[in-house]
Amino acid sequence: MLKITNIEIVYNDVILAVRGISLEVPQGGIVALLGSNGAGKSTTLKAISGVLDSEEGEIVDGKIEFKGVLLNRKNSKEIVRLGIIQVPEGRRIFDELTVDENLWVGAYHRLDSKKVKEDYQRVMDYFPILRERHGQLAGYLSGGEQQMLVIGRGIMGKPELLMLDEPSLGLAPLIVEEIFQIIQKVNHEERTSILLVEQNANIALQIASYGYIMENGKVVLDGPSQKLAANEDVKEFYLGLTDVGSRKSYRDVKHYKRRKRWLS
Amino acid sequence: MNESIQTFLQLMLSGMSIGGVYAMVALGFVLIYKATGVFNFAQGELMMVGAYFSFYLITQYHLHFFQAFLLALIISAFLGIVVEFLILKPMVGEPIFSVVMITVGLAVMLKGTVSLVWGHDVHQFPSPFISSPLSLGGVTIFRSSFWTIVATFALVVIFILFFRVSKVGIAMRAVANDQRAAQIIGISIRKIFSISWAIAAVVATIGGFFFVNIFFVTPDISYIGMKAFPAAVLGGMDSVPGAIIGGLIIGIIENLAGGYLDKLLGGGIKEISSFVVLILILMIKPYGLFGKEEITRV
Repeated sequence: MLKITNIEIVYNDVILAVRGISLEVPQGGIVALLGSNGAGKSTTLKAISGVLDSEEGEIVDGKIEFKGVLLNRKNSKEIVRLGIIQVPEGRRIFDELTVDENLWVGAYHRLDSKKVKEDYQRVMDYFPILRERHGQLAGYLSGGEQQMLVIGRGIMGKPELLMLDEPSLGLAPLIVEEIFQIIQKVNHEERTSILLVEQNANIALQIASYGYIMENGKVVLDGPSQKLAANEDVKEFYLGLTDVGSRKSYRDVKHYKRRKRWLS
Repeated sequence: MNESIQTFLQLMLSGMSIGGVYAMVALGFVLIYKATGVFNFAQGELMMVGAYFSFYLITQYHLHFFQAFLLALIISAFLGIVVEFLILKPMVGEPIFSVVMITVGLAVMLKGTVSLVWGHDVHQFPSPFISSPLSLGGVTIFRSSFWTIVATFALVVIFILFFRVSKVGIAMRAVANDQRAAQIIGISIRKIFSISWAIAAVVATIGGFFFVNIFFVTPDISYIGMKAFPAAVLGGMDSVPGAIIGGLIIGIIENLAGGYLDKLLGGGIKEISSFVVLILILMIKPYGLFGKEEITRV
């Protein structure tokens, strides 16, 4: 459905943030894009959404295709119309708007107002807490509720591909659990394909079917989730486990430091 | 005693009518500031140009005043879009200060163009309102002033509804709130910018239309923009009801100062009173009455 081939992204004409990555999201699938800070995950999402130009970024090479349509030169409005909706990082709700207005504005580009109303009810069913808070200013919601609201706003846009940028950021584990269950439910019930960008590899690999790991602007590892989760290096660097699954002792670290061998 | 109350009410009412004009111009300031973060110094000039449009449509093309009014609104909306496209679009991404300076240039240009094309002469506007004043329980008011007040309140209601209910209105607030998030959900920022300029030019024209009914048609009426400035600051630069209330308050203060203090202190108090208020507000409440206080967490 979404196919990225060898894209390179440059900021300010000099900083090469993404160095030739390729990835694919199949119809109806959940794909995780993992990696630490500064790996280029969010930049990749911004490139797909067509909002790089506001940050002086540019796709200098490669192709982004969605259902066979080339997205490289399209603007964010056209991309949203094609059915790709991004749920941006850091819970970017409109804090001066009410919960309802936040949701309605998510359907701004849609003309089928009847369906929009149905989707509104559906969002309220996914996140019952939003129904309770519907008239309140979004700025007064808790962190978890705000994350639910941005996801709800994304669903209001009727996405075929929903791209979530770090939905677990700064949330309590219990809320993260709840949000990921809903993401899975959305994927299941609406057949929405999902591209999930995460630092929390553990939970992302639990719901994704396929994963890519990025580092320094490159994809360094990819494979089906189970396989990735079983990989020694992934365990070490992204899941924080040793081979027996126990906590690591300081002595081991000192004795032999595992290196990211693929970097050299 | 009774007479002094009557004078007071009289001053209040006429203050409200001129305040209504300030409010409409201030509304234009606020609309553009909210959406684009730019303070448009040409707002008073847009008002003057709008007034000239209606004046010339009536006197030269002999249109009915109502048709002329509507046509002037359409032309000024178009003017707003053109200005945004020609002057502000190329400035996207440049420092806000440069853009503000461009609006100062735009103000000079608009005024110069109007003087060039239509001359400096002072004209009497062919007012559609009957000249006999209206009597409201002992207080008299010109019909044109009365309708200015009515129009001001009508605009408040229209704009509050527009921003609460309509899709475009909510999208405009979303853009004002967080531009990048708005862009990511598919709102075209460019379109919202031109819409806000168009609406700002339209409300300015409405203000201009009512103002020339109680005053004259001359390029110099653009000074109203400078009077509407304290109004917008008083209300809080980013609040629509604030602009209206600020405009009314400034109009009333000005008129009361003119009515009571001018006699005691000699002329001129009326002219400066609004700026005295402006300075006081900036000292006590820098964000205005209804403005959003920007809290920066450190």
